[in-house]
Amino acid sequence: MSSPYYVSPEQFMKDRADYARKGIARGRSVVVVQYEGGILFVAENPSRALHKVSEIYDRIAFAAVGKYNEFESLRVAGVRLADMRGYAYARSDVTVRSLANAYAQSLGAIFTEGQKPLEVEIVVAEVGATPDLDQMYRLTFDGSVADEQHYVSMGGSSESVLTSLQTSWRSGMDFDAALRVAVQALSTEDSESAPRTLVPSQLEVAFLDRTKPGRAFQRVSSESLAGIIAE
Amino acid sequence: MTDLSSFSDYLSLAAPHLLPGARVTADDSARMDVPHGTTIVALTCSGGIVMAGDRRATMGNVIAQRDIEKVFRADSHSVVGIAGAAGIAIELVRLFQVELEHYEKIEGVSLSLDGKANRLATLLRANLPLAMQGLAVVPLYGGYDQIRGLGRIFSYDVTGGRYEERDHHAVGSGSLFARGSLKKLFSPNLDRHDAIQVAVEALIDAADDDSATGGPDLSRRIYPVVALADRDGVHIIGDDELVPVIQSVVDARQTRPDGPIARIGRAKGGDA
Repeated sequence: MSSPYYVSPEQFMKDRADYARKGIARGRSVVVVQYEGGILFVAENPSRALHKVSEIYDRIAFAAVGKYNEFESLRVAGVRLADMRGYAYARSDVTVRSLANAYAQSLGAIFTEGQKPLEVEIVVAEVGATPDLDQMYRLTFDGSVADEQHYVSMGGSSESVLTSLQTSWRSGMDFDAALRVAVQALSTEDSESAPRTLVPSQLEVAFLDRTKPGRAFQRVSSESLAGIIAE
Repeated sequence: MTDLSSFSDYLSLAAPHLLPGARVTADDSARMDVPHGTTIVALTCSGGIVMAGDRRATMGNVIAQRDIEKVFRADSHSVVGIAGAAGIAIELVRLFQVELEHYEKIEGVSLSLDGKANRLATLLRANLPLAMQGLAVVPLYGGYDQIRGLGRIFSYDVTGGRYEERDHHAVGSGSLFARGSLKKLFSPNLDRHDAIQVAVEALIDAADDDSATGGPDLSRRIYPVVALADRDGVHIIGDDELVPVIQSVVDARQTRPDGPIARIGRAKGGDA
């Protein structure tokens, strides 16, 4: 007869966290960068149909790394929550803070109680009337929430990406400058010496436009990307 | 298994009390007097459609509201106008707007215009029990079909029946008069200005003979809501463009109160 062996809670949590981290590190990074006219999302993603960056509501967008099927169901849940809230109350009552809270609750519950933790990391961001009013929340697989400023990078080996963002991000950048900063940061990933060259077809780019009333989320086609990145 | 992309299906599971049709109703004898919206007209024009609605809501003999809006942007390329019980109708339009946006966000693409028209029929079907008690809602839907590249108009009955209309249509209490007017004034491929004028003429003709339809209120500056849907999307016609058209129509009726005359006999063509 085999006796049940003891696993300490610390070890149990650590195993789960390692498992999730390993899964997330397999994918490419996503960066979210604040600029004067809004918030920019850039992902390395060759697929045009399977998005890593999506619209949630009028002023709110979602970006994710990790397992596609897992963050896709989180995205759908977010759209449902936002649409439900906006329908039951009013469009202006849908806030990124409540969305981030809901994500934190479900990610936390799945991390401790689920069969396996979700191998995802997500950012939800809301564009405000001015850059000071922008909000960006980063949520990790265990349900922890971080309130981020200026820029976020997640997934893959994001240390080099983060270092690049730290040195090149400045406040008051325009869209083109922010895009170059983001692409430059992504190109440092997985490269020991020279940065990789990223072509527009490898990138998924979208932004929340501060100046546009109503639904602020827009995608940027790879055709229009080419001109901006080349400069 | 519900349709994952449908907001209304989700709502019927998660919060059925929020659905427009979900009202506890009294027995059939308890007929309520509630505000009713009146006349909506729509016609195709060159590259799209024009839809217009008067601004009156009536409750029996009383004018309940003089500036109600009954024509709405449904999504980027379509508009919906509503006649009937105003409270339920406006709620239905809100649900329809969220339904279209929800699908677009979940699926990453918009529904086809036929798909949107069918969804509206489904939402309307749920309202049938209330319609039997006198709280009917009758929408008129139209938009630019991005696949076929033309403007299309759909009408509905209270059971959710969906009918595609050729050229033009009107719903609501003044619709009989508006339809007569549209018939005489419509011609294919009207330009933007003329299509707006035809819509305004039809509404004024409806207001002329139907007490529940309001004409343009020049003294209070309350004008019909006129929307245009074409390749570039939906435009709600602003006062700067609309008022000159209304003013010229009203002025012309000072000398000919019945509106433009349709010529027959040797003279060819209409006078719109």
